[in-house]
Amino acid sequence: MNLALAKNETGRPLSDSFAVARDRLPGTGKVAEARSAAFDAYDRVGLPHRRIEDWKYTDLRALMREVLPLAPAPDAAALKRAAAAVKLQAIKGARRLVLVDGAFAPKLSELDGLEKGLAIRTLREVLEGGDAALQTQLFTPDSANPLVALNSAMMTDGVVIEIANGVVLKQPLQVIHVATGATPAAMFTRSLLRLGKDAGATLVESYIAADGAKVYQAHDSLVVAIGDNSRLDHVRLVEDAREAVNISSAVLTLGAHAHFNTFGMTSGAAVSRYQATIAFAGEHSRVETNGVNLLNGRQHADTTLFMDHAVPHCVSREVFRAVADDRAHSVFQGRIIVRPDAQKTDAKMMTRALLLSDDAEADNKPELEIFADDVTCGHGATTGALDESLLFYLRARGLSEKEAQALLIQAFVGEAIESIVNDDLRELAIAAAQRWLEARS
Amino acid sequence: MTALLEVKDLKVRVEEREILHGLTLTVNPGEVHAIMGPNGSGKSTLSHVIAGKPGYEVTDGQILFRGEDLLEMDPDERAAKGVFLAFQYPVEIPGVTTWNFLHTALNAQRKARGESPLTSPEFLKKVRAVAKSLNIPQDMLKRGVNVGFSGGEKKRNEILQMALFEPAVCILDEMDSGLDIDALRVAADGVNALRSPERAMVVITHYQRLLNYIVPDFVHVMSKGRVVKSGGKDLALELEASGYAQFEDAA
Ligand SMILES: Nc1ncnc2c1ncn2[C@@H]1O[C@H](COP(=O)(O)OP(=O)(O)OP(=O)(O)O)[C@@H](O)[C@H]1O
Ligand SMILES: [Mg+2]
Repeated sequence: MNLALAKNETGRPLSDSFAVARDRLPGTGKVAEARSAAFDAYDRVGLPHRRIEDWKYTDLRALMREVLPLAPAPDAAALKRAAAAVKLQAIKGARRLVLVDGAFAPKLSELDGLEKGLAIRTLREVLEGGDAALQTQLFTPDSANPLVALNSAMMTDGVVIEIANGVVLKQPLQVIHVATGATPAAMFTRSLLRLGKDAGATLVESYIAADGAKVYQAHDSLVVAIGDNSRLDHVRLVEDAREAVNISSAVLTLGAHAHFNTFGMTSGAAVSRYQATIAFAGEHSRVETNGVNLLNGRQHADTTLFMDHAVPHCVSREVFRAVADDRAHSVFQGRIIVRPDAQKTDAKMMTRALLLSDDAEADNKPELEIFADDVTCGHGATTGALDESLLFYLRARGLSEKEAQALLIQAFVGEAIESIVNDDLRELAIAAAQRWLEARS
Repeated sequence: MTALLEVKDLKVRVEEREILHGLTLTVNPGEVHAIMGPNGSGKSTLSHVIAGKPGYEVTDGQILFRGEDLLEMDPDERAAKGVFLAFQYPVEIPGVTTWNFLHTALNAQRKARGESPLTSPEFLKKVRAVAKSLNIPQDMLKRGVNVGFSGGEKKRNEILQMALFEPAVCILDEMDSGLDIDALRVAADGVNALRSPERAMVVITHYQRLLNYIVPDFVHVMSKGRVVKSGGKDLALELEASGYAQFEDAA
């Protein structure tokens, strides 16, 4: 499977790679058929480029060029390096679930003493097992998106978490994706979280690299169903290696009176895209999404959110903050659709970008499509540099230029980070931001 | 004895316009100087140039701090060496707690001087004592820097910083504006408590009243970018009675 892929613009050589890899991919019968169909869907388009509207600012043919071969399963040495990397992400009281090079690592994970009503299986188990309904749900993400289709075709492992009705988990679930690959490779993971009715959970996803891992591609996807009256708090932190690619997709649906609070921060990876679809399927539900990009060098990070208001009386709030230094490029695309039935929708989106250099770029594309008449919707965007008078005040008090900038950057992203309810998780995000700030000084 | 601060024949331009036209001022350790003068005479400009604010072009003259060329130093370097400006208009910094700001600033200055940083408990102890002496409530320290502070609170926050950083030369730009009588007295007491034989103060004000509390050794009158008259503390009383008109022509 260490097929070197030619740097072909269409990404076509991957089909050979898929042909080779498919025997290693879990699942037969219906699963294998679904994979093939998904692969064909990907293969018709290949890597998306700038002439595809949704990828206008993130031309993967230019930025990613190729899909790397499937990563080999981690050996003992790789697991050891992964364990060291995971330590830095430890949060007390969390249940850790670790994926190393795209494979679930039971030794690094905590699967004992599961609370009543909590079930955790690996994606591999589910795809190899006989739960057809669950398998179908795993393939729900939209294959019209080529990277989602590719993920469906290639997904190797992940975690499948089910939380029963009425169960509110006290322990946060922490999924850590670690890349250890010394040789360039791609991993494909998919996870599923199903929250019953009157349930509650906190999910943290971290993407990190073990020492020595440089060039790799993390392709991940997440499927989440939040039942009626349930609440999910979600934090995702992308701290991948600076030469890595991270392509993550999420599809989330909310029942009635449900609440989803999500925070995402990208400070790592050379190229990243997070594309999430959040769909309201029940009334009186609420979503808060907060995002931060902290970028420098030549980093490119794209957050593309699609908020689908299909039913009445739901509220969504999107706050996005981008900090771009050097020649970095931050992209935020926020699409809100309010369908004809979704009266009394209250949807707002606010993005702010802070450019620390003349060569940095922040693109912001809001799209509001409103088909109902009794709604409150709005969006706003600002782009600017650090305030000179604030910088001078701080410097006059003894802070160096970098220290003064760091304090103002912290303040700028702080509002988004403050949205994280759980103290430990907030600390985790602050620490990640701190690492980025320290690396630049 | 080397002067603490020497401004020699300073000429400063802002956006192609000369604001200071050759200003000279010598401040020795232990002295308190008052600078008075009409609006727009260049008092804040002088204070900004001393602190190192960008945007000012020094076309001639010198500023020496303990004999060293201050104009060659970055603003943070000046602060660490002991130059402090209490701003006429302190800025608001949302999202940065006063507490965090003060701790970061103090440790940055200490680091620049090769001193060890203060731990949170050490800092807490120090800042509490200073805040108490200035009647500054603890909860003000938890708020964003100057965010939602009244005019008087902002000024008190400047004095708090001065007391905390223990600078060698303190330039107070209209610290009395916006303060009520009681607040003025507390702030002035705070300033007086910092008077010492090693430390000097430059007090910029429009009102003689402040100088009843902070009694200066010298009073300078600035007009149109120059010091047009210097004298003892009685000069302030004279000005209060006769206004600045007599100096307008001299400048
Ligand atoms: N950034 C600037 N751009 C243009 N002109 C400026 C700038 N800063 C100051 N000036 C001008 O310089 C002159 C001196 O201003 P400065 O603020 O130093 O006066 P001041 O003596 O402090 O006045 P006040 O008593 O009102 O505080 C004024 O005419 C002012 O308009
Ligand atoms: Mg002034």
